[in-house]
Amino acid sequence: MKLPAIVNKFASPKNFYSMSGKMIPWFVWGFVLTLLAGLYYGFFVAPPDYQQGESYRIMFVHVPAAWMSMFIYMVMATSGAIGLIWRIKTADLMASVSAPIGAVFTLIALATGSLWGKPMWGTYWVWDARLTSELILLFLYLGFIALQASIEDPRNAARAGAVLAIVGVVNIPIIHYSVEWWSTLHQGATVSKMDKPSIHISMLIPLLLMAVSFKLYYVSSALMRARGEILRREQNSRWVKEIVTGENITGEAK
Amino acid sequence: MTVSEFFHMGGYAFYVWSSYGLATVLLIWTFFSPMLSKKNIIKELRIKYRQQERQAQESQNQE
Repeated sequence: MKLPAIVNKFASPKNFYSMSGKMIPWFVWGFVLTLLAGLYYGFFVAPPDYQQGESYRIMFVHVPAAWMSMFIYMVMATSGAIGLIWRIKTADLMASVSAPIGAVFTLIALATGSLWGKPMWGTYWVWDARLTSELILLFLYLGFIALQASIEDPRNAARAGAVLAIVGVVNIPIIHYSVEWWSTLHQGATVSKMDKPSIHISMLIPLLLMAVSFKLYYVSSALMRARGEILRREQNSRWVKEIVTGENITGEAK
Repeated sequence: MTVSEFFHMGGYAFYVWSSYGLATVLLIWTFFSPMLSKKNIIKELRIKYRQQERQAQESQNQE
């Protein structure tokens, strides 16, 4: 299957570089505003939980981070697959730059979950399905990063990484359904239930604000990483030289 | 709610604030590290391009 020419033109590294440069400030502002609103709602508007008291406020960072850990993995595997099938350089690039951000969100989800587990369950860690599968997700990210770092040719690195990422997708439904399939200390889903979320609106609002905030953080952070990486990967092309040296070799209007 | 009550977090201060502190540190580091690496790439490329130009000039002079 061939992609229309406009996709290739739009996804060209040069176009991607200039478009993303214009978009990043908007994403950063969106991130900061939703973050401030989410923290304000989470700490000053949402009431203490009737069972967990104030400790449940860890949820506003733990749950969105856990969502991001899976969301970024899916973005990484999908763009890896797109790069594999249609050989779009920027898709390979988005897969590579997503991995460290996804790994950090996975680490945050694990660490904050641990810090929440100690006062509520009485233990920092338990080898149950939810926690173990999330830990495997961290190892998948680290494996992806290490694999790509060990292969010098960027196209081979992208291909190997994409295959690993696609195979690892099997872990995502395991994480999601682990709380239903196996007995666990971890509580079940409260937001994504089909009928009605079993969480009060005063706690749902900060949770969703933080989730949007983390998504915007990911987009701006990934685009920033991608811009630096594009300069490195496209260093032999003329437009990169023009940007780096500040010269206008081709005489085009900037 | 007083300020000290707020920081006390109903006795869960350690767990709540270390969660938020850790997330803050990690997210800030992840956000700003690519800025540094981009600066380094630009610096490296400037040197590389300058060397290329010098080499090109030298080979012209030899001719």
